[in-house]
Amino acid sequence: MSLRSPLGSVRGLGSAKHGLDHWWVQRMTALALIPLGLWLAASLISQVGADHAAFKDWLGTPGRSVAMVLFLFATFYHMKLGIQVIIEDYVHSHWHLVLQICNSFVCILLGTASIFAVLKLALGG
Amino acid sequence: MAQVERPLSPHLQIYKPQISSVLSILHRMTGFGLGVGSLLLAWWLVAAAYGPDAFAVVQDFISSWLGRLILLGFTFCFFFHMANGIRHLFWDIGKGFEIKTADMTGWLAFLGAGALTVLAWIAGYAMRGGS
Repeated sequence: MSLRSPLGSVRGLGSAKHGLDHWWVQRMTALALIPLGLWLAASLISQVGADHAAFKDWLGTPGRSVAMVLFLFATFYHMKLGIQVIIEDYVHSHWHLVLQICNSFVCILLGTASIFAVLKLALGG
Repeated sequence: MAQVERPLSPHLQIYKPQISSVLSILHRMTGFGLGVGSLLLAWWLVAAAYGPDAFAVVQDFISSWLGRLILLGFTFCFFFHMANGIRHLFWDIGKGFEIKTADMTGWLAFLGAGALTVLAWIAGYAMRGGS
């Protein structure tokens, strides 16, 4: 066991230099999600009760497909950053690392799957 | 960590709940709720990509009482997290920190989110023709 205090052992090393990126991207995705989220909420209400063919037709226009892909990218990026902070704040055991890896993988999986689904619906097949 | 007995700051239960602190933790809880709800969104889109049969399964689930309950919670989480997120963005540029202002915008975000949730569901039921 070291007799140095935790502060003493890190003093002078500087920050990890990754803090600003997390903070900034969380804000930028938040900003983008205001118009994209409101658009999606209004759109989903307009699609209540729509069957598969109607939904596919609706999503198929270039504008809507692009907006949907942007929404999904911003959403899952924002989600990854947010869940990461929750884990950092509450999980102090060795599960910390496992959960952080799961968080990254799940967000990337959900984002990729959702975006691929939109592209498939929009581009046919 | 060095094991030094230091005085602790008062724990959470010492403080009377205030609009600022309650909405702060609610922001995190609704954010986590949206994360759980995004599973439903991803399932819905992927099912649509698989075809009409898979899509119908998800639509049936969403139309069930459990699906609607989840969607209702998701709607409130969405509107509250967005409204309170806008508060956060204003704080980030240094605006709205006065206690009176912060209390007022807090109630606005909370009640506004509730009102938008009700409006969205009225519009949704109107689209379905009342069922």
